[in-house]
Amino acid sequence: MSTAEVSVPAEHAVRPVRAYLRFFTAELRLVFLRRRNLLLLAVTAIFPLVIGIALRLASPHPQGRNGAGVAFFNQLAGNGVFLTFIALSTLLVLILPVVVAVVAGDSVAGEAGYGTLRYLLAVPAGRTRLLAVKYGTIVTFGLCATFIVSAVALVAGAALFPVGPVTLLSGTTVSLPDGLLRLLFVTLYVAAAMAALGAIGLAISTMTEHAIGAIATVMILVVASEVVDNVPQLAAAGPYLPTHWWLSFDALLRVPVDTSTLLRGLLSFAVYALLFCAFAWARFTSADVTS
Amino acid sequence: MTAISTSGLTKRFRGGQLAVDHIDLAVPDGSVYGFLGPNGSGKTTTIRMLLGLAFPTAGQAALLEVPMPAGATRVLHRVGSLVEGPAFYPFLTGSDNLARYDAADRTADPRTARARIEAALDRVGLLSAAEKRYRNYSLGMKQRLAIAAGLLRPRELIILDEPTNGLDPQGTREVRALIRQIAADGTTVFVSSHLLAEVEQICTHVGVMRTGRLVFQGSLPELQQTGAVRVTVQTADPEAAVKVLAGLGLADAQAAGNAHPEASAVLGDASPEQVCAELVHAGIGVRGFAVTSPSLEDLFVGLTGEGFDVDG
Repeated sequence: MSTAEVSVPAEHAVRPVRAYLRFFTAELRLVFLRRRNLLLLAVTAIFPLVIGIALRLASPHPQGRNGAGVAFFNQLAGNGVFLTFIALSTLLVLILPVVVAVVAGDSVAGEAGYGTLRYLLAVPAGRTRLLAVKYGTIVTFGLCATFIVSAVALVAGAALFPVGPVTLLSGTTVSLPDGLLRLLFVTLYVAAAMAALGAIGLAISTMTEHAIGAIATVMILVVASEVVDNVPQLAAAGPYLPTHWWLSFDALLRVPVDTSTLLRGLLSFAVYALLFCAFAWARFTSADVTS
Repeated sequence: MTAISTSGLTKRFRGGQLAVDHIDLAVPDGSVYGFLGPNGSGKTTTIRMLLGLAFPTAGQAALLEVPMPAGATRVLHRVGSLVEGPAFYPFLTGSDNLARYDAADRTADPRTARARIEAALDRVGLLSAAEKRYRNYSLGMKQRLAIAAGLLRPRELIILDEPTNGLDPQGTREVRALIRQIAADGTTVFVSSHLLAEVEQICTHVGVMRTGRLVFQGSLPELQQTGAVRVTVQTADPEAAVKVLAGLGLADAQAAGNAHPEASAVLGDASPEQVCAELVHAGIGVRGFAVTSPSLEDLFVGLTGEGFDVDG
């Protein structure tokens, strides 16, 4: 081994931002090229398609039928754009949280399980830096899954139903570009909800070396929160639950936009993300790595 | 300069068990330091603290004179390590696994990554298996890949925890040769092991652990000096020989052996030539005469206790 191989000045020439990006890119490749995760993304892509086809078959005469009780279903028959809102609200119940829970729950616990965590820290990746890269990857993956749902639903909706000016939930009709812009914001809102869930998953992931356990815990939390949110006697707790504001994106589908609901939702996501990222950081930077 | 130094380094687990008890390591620069001790004597816990994976409950540690764990991100890129067996992603190839670790290193130059990965794989003889998935590697290949990860950058110190664990004799020889090579390049090597033959062959210094305490530390010759050199006389009349030896003032004179009767005693300050002459002078028929240093195994057992006699 010759110490001349990598000269000392060259070492210091590596810029921190560049090094961060390199680590982040490597992490993204690892997560996005993993077969299990690709399968999850494929599932999120198939669901909007299946929902679209099923709704199309169920309503052979686009103008002549009222949908089920859900608000968006009535609108779908008249406009394919609404398939995106139907798909997002349906997948938000379980599929999207599962996708995020798998990647977030696996993030640190998976590394601990493989034993690669001790080597990453000995590299040294840096504990805070590793956590930041992990969270960045979780958020990116959640964003990706959400956009896949919207994109597939939009294309399927356009193919299966008529597309034109969008009649909103408030009864106002806006132009198609306006409708698509609202769809973009809805998708970003859902991605923000998933980013908050990702922080919860990251925190749980730092507490165990069993990825499956971490993933299951995140899912149990999601389901428990949804159940509590549906018990009328516990309505007072509702606004503080992590899942409470997920479906509030319908506030964007009204004129005027119900900004106070939206902001409260985003505030809830931000608080959850901050709280759990802080918890993950406090735990991860002080705990012994024994795996 | 000392490559590794600790003072009063202590780790008490949450359950109250004292895993490492006030140890003061001093690993000289350029040495090959054998870190010995039975299983469960605290070697791995010490290494985990040195690398900043576990936090000491008391005491200080420094790698290359940078305090740990505070200086982890400043110093660890100068240190290669293998801790408690290899660990990689089974679904990635050998070279992709190394690339992953290299990408995590904020001081590694991405432009030279490919060349460095190839050089490291070549060094451990895995270049031909570089594109094979890790899950298809044999145990020996996994171990060598872990060493390759330690060699991705020029290192000043390599910490190897049981590097030959689970290897066949062939693999053990390969790893030993590799360690010699690394040391020959001027890198300090800190190698934990419970295989004494291995340590005897490659190490210049040793530290011996017993139930969390460092019971010996020094150069290999220093360790050998701690054991008493004995003289052994093969003779038909061991009882008479014992009397002569005791008469010369040698300690612990005793007779032994039925098929090959012999007498032995601690040589101490006496000269072997004089002892031999005295024996012959006393009319003892000397068939054989030997001066023996204790084996490393004897010394080790003397320091750490007999096999199952390990204190929990």
